[in-house]
Amino acid sequence: MKIIVCIKQVPDAKDVRLDPITNTLAREGVQSIMNPYDQYALEEAVRLKEKCGGEVIVISMGPPQAEEVLRQAISCGADSAVLISDRAFAGADTWATAYTLEHAINKIGSFDLILCGKQAIDGDTAQVGPGLATRLGIPYMTCVQRIREASENGLVAERMMDDGFDVVSVDCPVLLSVVKDINEPRVPSIKGKMKAKKAEIVKFSAQTIEADPACIGLPGSPTKVVTVFPPLARGERSVLTGTLDEQIDQLVKKLTPYL
Amino acid sequence: MDYFLSEEQQMIVDTARQITDERIIPNRAELDEKHEFPRQILNEMARADLFGVPIPEEYGGFGGGCFDIALTVEQLGRGCIGVGTAFSANFLGVYPIILAGSPEMKEKYLPDVATGKKFGAFGLTEANAGSDASGIQTTAVLDGDEWVLNGTKQWITNGGEAQIYTVVAITDRSRGPRGASLFVVEEGDPGFSCGPKEKKMGIRASSTTELIFKDCRIPKDRMIGRPGTGFITVMKTLDLSRPGIAALGVGLAQGALDVAVKYAKQRQQFGKPIIAFQAVQHMLADMAIGFESARALVYASAKHIQKHPKDMSKASSICKVYATDVAMKVTTDAVQVLGGYGYMCEYPAEKMMRDAKILQIYEGTNQIQRNVIGQELNKEYS
Repeated sequence: MKIIVCIKQVPDAKDVRLDPITNTLAREGVQSIMNPYDQYALEEAVRLKEKCGGEVIVISMGPPQAEEVLRQAISCGADSAVLISDRAFAGADTWATAYTLEHAINKIGSFDLILCGKQAIDGDTAQVGPGLATRLGIPYMTCVQRIREASENGLVAERMMDDGFDVVSVDCPVLLSVVKDINEPRVPSIKGKMKAKKAEIVKFSAQTIEADPACIGLPGSPTKVVTVFPPLARGERSVLTGTLDEQIDQLVKKLTPYL
Repeated sequence: MDYFLSEEQQMIVDTARQITDERIIPNRAELDEKHEFPRQILNEMARADLFGVPIPEEYGGFGGGCFDIALTVEQLGRGCIGVGTAFSANFLGVYPIILAGSPEMKEKYLPDVATGKKFGAFGLTEANAGSDASGIQTTAVLDGDEWVLNGTKQWITNGGEAQIYTVVAITDRSRGPRGASLFVVEEGDPGFSCGPKEKKMGIRASSTTELIFKDCRIPKDRMIGRPGTGFITVMKTLDLSRPGIAALGVGLAQGALDVAVKYAKQRQQFGKPIIAFQAVQHMLADMAIGFESARALVYASAKHIQKHPKDMSKASSICKVYATDVAMKVTTDAVQVLGGYGYMCEYPAEKMMRDAKILQIYEGTNQIQRNVIGQELNKEYS
């Protein structure tokens, strides 16, 4: 199987700040990591390759330093990596990102499966995966918790739902976005790290992928961030006191009117 | 402290550190409580190539020496020396093959060890042969094309879990220590079995059993090296492996210091964190001094020993004694810093203290190590 995994470099969630003027994420001095959901997508791709054979190509759109997460992906078992990087891509929203990835994937050529994380932990939109599949004209399935069987022809996968899961059979090529329940990502191996260090990362610019300048980066993004603010704490709070039994009585009294 | 590791060594350390933080530390309390062998964690280590560290490159490893192993097990020891012991004892079992095995034997076993497919154990100790290794009762007699082994080995780490056992047996009693030879016994060989798992004070994640040989028949070519060279190979193996035990002690001391400092910063008494009190500060400072000095000694000794110098026994014993005594002291003090909580199983300090004790006992008690150091000094100055 030829599998493409889309990964994103994101600021480590342990240290997130907003720029008060631009209302965008302040990235200076913040450690960058591979988006955690993408790690699950990558692990699943590597496991499929180990089971069915084939190759895993990782791609990432981002600044030059996003090369770090691509090398990390190679250390975890990816075969090759493409960095889609150009100043012209800066400021892209999910629409422009999906457009850019679509063009990059068309440049790579044919594939059987695209795997993405459910969402990125910085933007949290979960839109790029479905947007990309729609542009490529292939089916997609979100929140995949397990791939039961897979081949170049098609696969059977479980889609997580609020009340259980759906079992879906789908033809390839297809795009899946995965949740963290799907696997436990491996620790990169020493040989993998050595390979990653030497690996050549292919670079795609706006010109390489023949992108329309009007559709990429900030100019190509219909989304405008007007303001960003932490949600206000709402509702009244009260702390119950007394013995446990007394507190339970009070709680029942408080809740009864809502039943 | 920065030890200016090579890029490859840093990769080894980072890999072992990640396994320790993500796989060992979250599971160590449960493994300890259930006396459970860490099969899954070892599989993960194998997949991350850690089993290849000391295996020569021509057999699929990285050809690392004592120092590289010390760097690896130090990280594991920071999480759990039970897991670290299982990992280290594998190499203790395999080292005689690396040192004295024939090319065919190396070809047969080492590639599978490098990938973690096969796991090793080392059978030297017996009921009446511990510190005095010359009291070995297990015998091997040649019968046609086969060696026939009889006897029982005691307290063998990885017993019942390993596939490859290197076993010391007497082939010519009249020659004393020069009558001992080394053999490879495989899991499933006829007449070979392992006893039940021993219950231990600490390092409960590691498996410890008897190895029982009752007319155990193995092919003639399973002898490691020549007849009568068993002891020489065993002594050399132990000289090379002791810095690994010392490194487990360094890692354990680091783990205990981490727990103690974090607790001392957070625990409030008399309106301030207890780290603000000089009595606690001085204990923590002494723990740090012990740990850092042990680490410096272990690193220097491991680098020295991997060149197989003349004084390797002395250097190996010195670092083993010092680092493991430090580990015992630092873990005991960590329990003290945590006070009542330190004594409770809810916190990791008590397990660390229980675990530390074995480091002063196995692979030659610290008293025997001091004998070795004293005897070597006596020789050097004669």
